[in-house]
Amino acid sequence: MPQATDAEDGDGPSDGVQIDLISGERMEGMATMEKIRMILDGVHDGNIVILEEGLTPDEESRLIEVTMAEISPDEFNGIEIETYPKSDAGDSSLIGRIMGSESSDAKLTVIGPANQIETLHKDETLISALVSHN
Amino acid sequence: MGLFTELKDSISRATDRLFTEQEPKRIGIYGPPNAGKTTLANRIARDWTGDAIGTESHVPHETRRARRKENVEIERNGKTVTIDIVDTPGVTTKVDYEEFTDEMDKEDAIRRSREATEGVAEAMHWLREDVDGVIYVLDSAEDPITQVNTMLIGIIESRDLPVLIFANKIDLDESSVKRIEDAFPQHKTVPLSAKEGDNMDEVYDNIAEYFG
Ligand SMILES: Nc1nc2c(ncn2[C@@H]2O[C@H](COP(=O)(O)OP(=O)(O)OP(=O)(O)O)[C@@H](O)[C@H]2O)c(=O)[nH]1
Ligand SMILES: [Mg+2]
Repeated sequence: MPQATDAEDGDGPSDGVQIDLISGERMEGMATMEKIRMILDGVHDGNIVILEEGLTPDEESRLIEVTMAEISPDEFNGIEIETYPKSDAGDSSLIGRIMGSESSDAKLTVIGPANQIETLHKDETLISALVSHN
Repeated sequence: MGLFTELKDSISRATDRLFTEQEPKRIGIYGPPNAGKTTLANRIARDWTGDAIGTESHVPHETRRARRKENVEIERNGKTVTIDIVDTPGVTTKVDYEEFTDEMDKEDAIRRSREATEGVAEAMHWLREDVDGVIYVLDSAEDPITQVNTMLIGIIESRDLPVLIFANKIDLDESSVKRIEDAFPQHKTVPLSAKEGDNMDEVYDNIAEYFG
């Protein structure tokens, strides 16, 4: 199971998986490309990035585009992404509690490196990222 | 024909077009890799213009550049609808060249994956800038609820583009059109087999209705 670790730097193999939880507040003032850069930098480091507020459709389309430009054989295969609508991720959910978020229309979005994540499994109230062991 | 008459002719053709016809709508054929987009694009182009658009293959990411067929005139109930068809590379969020190494050597697999990533980026760009409507093709034998499908449909909806969902490969035993209708109830789903040519009348009726 994935566990949130302290922000130790991503160099060298570690047993845990780092999860970056990014609040809606922090995303608010950011330009589209800043958000995408932040997400992909995290993913390049092998982290799982969780966005409290998700992305707009236009930002998602640019995320796909930039991801494609950064794919490189044997280094980076792209991303897995999963979103959870508000009703699934309300205050009573695990993440809702972690984030201490009140309800909003935004959808929780989980993004991770494709080569590490076998499945970003979608569950009613719980996100479980199954990370391959190798 | 003299230069002058030729010029006059082309001017009147251009003005004719300006005043009587609107520019053909550009319809993008989108969907995940291997859904049958090129097979469909070829069938439409062959039915109405006589020639094909691109190559079809069971290996994903066969289409790696968007390809356009202009002025495809589709006749329905005595009316003619003219569209440009854009066959796009299948959209995904990940490409691993090792997916192709069974089919080709490593060098070709790496080249294919590089071209595929460029193609997906290009397809996203077309979607933001250059299409007036979308045919979203799904393999009805596969689960339609994937992140790519949900995201792309969301992107298409956010741009207010008219969209038709095509449930392709209904000739397969595992095909389920209902699964697609249930996944995207807000849109019209049209069942077909692009390969066998099944239900093409309904396909053309809907294209004329939605994009005419
Ligand atoms: N059984 C069946 N197979 C189909 C049908 N349409 C397409 N196929 C097959 O599906 C495979 C993929 O078809 P393509 O048309 O190349 O798919 P595509 O969506 O253009 O794929 P990319 O260009 O890689 O994104 C080929 O082997 C086709 O013969 C169909 O209606 N029924
Ligand atoms: Mg194709």
